[in-house]
Amino acid sequence: MNETSRRNLLSFSGLAPLAGGLLAARAGAAATEAATTLSARERIRERYFPDVILRTQNNEKVRFYEDLIKDKIVTLNFFYAQCDGVCPGITANLAKVQRALANRVGRDIFMCSFTLKPAEDTPKALRDYANLYHAKPGWTFLTGRPDDLELLRRSLGFTDPVPAVDKDKSQHIGNIKIGNEPLMLWTACPGMAHADWILKAISWMDRSPSALEKACCDGKS
Amino acid sequence: MYYNALGEKVSRARYREMLNAAKNRRELIAAGLYGRRELAKMGLLTAGGMLLPKIGLSARARTPFAVTSQAASPMTRSFVDPLFVMPQAQALPPFRPLNPAPTVAPNTAAGESRTRPHQALTQFPPQKFYYVTQHAIQATQSPDLPVQTLWAFDDTHNACSPGPTYVNHYGVPILVRNNNRLPPPDQNGGFGMPSVTTHLHNGHTPSESDGFACDYFEIGHWYDQHYPNVLAGILSTHPGTGDINEALSTLWYHDHRVMFTAQNTYKGLVGYYLLFNQFDTGSEDSGFRLPSYPQFDIPLVFADKVYDPTTGLLFFDLFSLDGILGDKFLVNGKIQPFFKVHPRRYRFRLLNTGPSRFYEFFLTDLNNLSANNPYWVIANDGNLLPAPVQVTSARIGVAERIDVIIDFTPFAGKSIYLENRLNQINGQGPVISNPNGTGATECNCPEILPAGGGNLLMRFDVDTDFVRDESADPRTQTFYQLPQVVAPRVVRTFKFDRLNGQWSINGQFMDCNDIRFHVSQNSAENWILTNATGDWTHPIHIHLEEHQILSRNRVPPPLPIEGSRKDVSQLHPNERVQLFFRFRDWLGRYPLHCHNVVHEDHAMMLRWEVVPDGTGDKVEVP
Repeated sequence: MNETSRRNLLSFSGLAPLAGGLLAARAGAAATEAATTLSARERIRERYFPDVILRTQNNEKVRFYEDLIKDKIVTLNFFYAQCDGVCPGITANLAKVQRALANRVGRDIFMCSFTLKPAEDTPKALRDYANLYHAKPGWTFLTGRPDDLELLRRSLGFTDPVPAVDKDKSQHIGNIKIGNEPLMLWTACPGMAHADWILKAISWMDRSPSALEKACCDGKS
Repeated sequence: MYYNALGEKVSRARYREMLNAAKNRRELIAAGLYGRRELAKMGLLTAGGMLLPKIGLSARARTPFAVTSQAASPMTRSFVDPLFVMPQAQALPPFRPLNPAPTVAPNTAAGESRTRPHQALTQFPPQKFYYVTQHAIQATQSPDLPVQTLWAFDDTHNACSPGPTYVNHYGVPILVRNNNRLPPPDQNGGFGMPSVTTHLHNGHTPSESDGFACDYFEIGHWYDQHYPNVLAGILSTHPGTGDINEALSTLWYHDHRVMFTAQNTYKGLVGYYLLFNQFDTGSEDSGFRLPSYPQFDIPLVFADKVYDPTTGLLFFDLFSLDGILGDKFLVNGKIQPFFKVHPRRYRFRLLNTGPSRFYEFFLTDLNNLSANNPYWVIANDGNLLPAPVQVTSARIGVAERIDVIIDFTPFAGKSIYLENRLNQINGQGPVISNPNGTGATECNCPEILPAGGGNLLMRFDVDTDFVRDESADPRTQTFYQLPQVVAPRVVRTFKFDRLNGQWSINGQFMDCNDIRFHVSQNSAENWILTNATGDWTHPIHIHLEEHQILSRNRVPPPLPIEGSRKDVSQLHPNERVQLFFRFRDWLGRYPLHCHNVVHEDHAMMLRWEVVPDGTGDKVEVP
């Protein structure tokens, strides 16, 4: 925080309960630093990203954190193959997103769709589903142990606060979580938003100078 | 498996302890066993302890249990920090003009990110210029927590969060050069998008200076915002003067970055903007004779937050879709401060910055819990009412304001608390005790906690130093009349809905490129807001012009506070609220959105535009 000049710190502390408060706070900071050496990124990982073992549509074993999201820009959503509510529209949207991003998917952007019904969505069923939507490499469909997928669903906030609604899979959360794991940037878009808007949200995750040049502002029309 | 509200695994024993603590406390409250000593023991005065933490936290339904009372943030003591009063924003001295000088067209070559020319810069030339930078600061919010990295506004004199308070007068246009020097995302401590747009909330502001959600700018860039500080109607219904009955007084500014407003405001990007005029003068010796600014007119920013139990650092639930509730209550950036006052009248401006909580403010005397301690509400959403209204409590949602007059004379030598007694346990809004209420009056009867059983927000320590008080007695005062209501050109309906967890308006989602309807400049409209989201309450905010609530469920609002000018209206469960608007003076894009900032970030927003007179559309369901 080079921006945080001594002047700022001083001007602010002058309004605080003065030196005693600041010193106590610093002592507190030292104590908590000793208690945990985890970085913000590691804290987020610990809190939200259980490294459960899942299985892809190609029947490969993958770990959620290590293999699917670590160091990547990702989209995450939940669905099930036989869902005839919001899923077809959302999956078709994601297919459009993949086509638009072309070869970036699988290179720096990765798409993950997790089943809500692991018992019926076997790797083979997921493969058929992926083929139906012409999914290309870089878009992974995932199944696994029901407990693991449930843990993942809850950890990533694909939940409804009303327990009866939360249990009803036909009312499952239709949002797509979008993130840049190393930069700790996370947001979410409705899965039924316009595909162009989902693409826009994904573009914000790319903080490279060339991407930012294009990012400046929106809605120019 | 057992979880606390942060979604962390806890042992079964710890979980039972949490439940028991909450239950004990509820029983004590129900039994009325609170005396001052008991309260002190239980941590309401010392804040902490096993029994304290109630109602809380991340509203995300991670646990399979209906847990409402859990310990999440580390213990902090209450009422050990004095109230921080934000310094006044300082304009640049005349000998230090902005360089490069402001231009009507966006100065893209010099790094400005504005996309449209200023529509009123030459008509209302700025007389004051501010150079403001958004950057990170280190600040303490409690002596019991480590130094926090916040995002602040810096006017070249003070960098603080909440930011410096702009104090301006009608008839004095200003220009703010707003610079983004926030740190890159990997230095943000786990949340916050260093891409910003600053909205002047309630401002009658040309679109390009409004801080529209999609006008965000990146690190290293800047944006000139022109605030004409004119009354609505100045170029239309009331040429040359504007309508005095549209005078605004308590505005605020905050980040409005599309999809990241919750993170960025939680990280500190909020502040006050006060407007005075010939009636609301800032001096109790003139005009309406309201208590003088700044000695006796104190802006208060309320926010509820959660701190990581291990590190003590500010925690934001990145994956919440419903709303975020904190278990720590901050006023002007400090957890539960105290404020020394004299036995006389004060004006307080109360602003709820969320992210998701509703407040109902009571004055609580812990030595006399059965006492009703009345105060006066003089303004709603910062706009002076036709006349002051005496109340024992008033409720505001996120982004709403009330200005109140508290007379501390009866409390000389004592301490009195500002307490939130509204029961809220998740992002849905206040707990509704009577879901079959009419909704026309008391918001389907939300649950009010017993005195002393809510959230003590701050403590007023009243001394016995009887000082001069020339402020007017609210009993005898009147302010502005309500602006005239005329027949609408078009009546539009907006259904606030939730489909598979996706927040929507008329079944569609926020998209910066999607203009949902066009309003004719200088025309009147009615907007009907309907709530199709079951038990959820939404604070709905519309930019550019204020509105008047014509009816709730077809019944005119009987409450004198609500039957006034508003810029946010609470939409309670199963309600239909009809609003009257005029859209005057400026052209361009503005949003309509839910101000539960978590809902707003998840697409419960739409873009509309004001277009030249006679070219608006008549789309009734945009």
